[in-house]
Amino acid sequence: MEYVPALARWLHFMAGVMWIGLLYYFNFVQADAMKAAQADGTAAGITKHVAPRALLYFRWTAVVTWFAGATLLGINFFNAFFFWDAAFYAIGVGAWLGTIMLFNVWVLIWPNQKKILGIVQATDEQKNKARRVAFLASRTNTMLSIPMLFFMGAGASAHLAIFFG
Amino acid sequence: MKNPLDSLWGTIISGLILTLILYKIVSHFLGG
Repeated sequence: MEYVPALARWLHFMAGVMWIGLLYYFNFVQADAMKAAQADGTAAGITKHVAPRALLYFRWTAVVTWFAGATLLGINFFNAFFFWDAAFYAIGVGAWLGTIMLFNVWVLIWPNQKKILGIVQATDEQKNKARRVAFLASRTNTMLSIPMLFFMGAGASAHLAIFFG
Repeated sequence: MKNPLDSLWGTIISGLILTLILYKIVSHFLGG
């Protein structure tokens, strides 16, 4: 049974790297690339071939990351999420930030991206609104990833004392 | 006021400020 947390940590890292890597791709690369591509009429290549594939891995690695993290917390899941034990305060904050980010992916980003990419029907007005909501949710997740990664790193027992005395 | 999330730098700086605020809160509750 001692293999379970070790394997869960491995999976949590791998899926997390892919999730946050794609989040940074959307925010640091694709957002500006889309503006340039729309200007020279080549945006269809991104919206048709790149974005749907990136979003597929993005939303499902978010799920895998969360469940691998929950498995890693194991019997301390509630200690972290409800701040019952001071040893889990830091990782608890990281876990909450990750949970909010997962919510944003599935409730705000993906349903609105489906409208933007034409996977579901939407009027031009609905698409414009969807663009703004998906953009701000994605930017919110980029912002939240900064403290989330700090608390995931700082929350690891080896480093806890350095930051929190 | 412009939304800081509209720019990448605004997003990063907001994330760093949020990190500091949360760090102070956690440190406070840990008695630091």
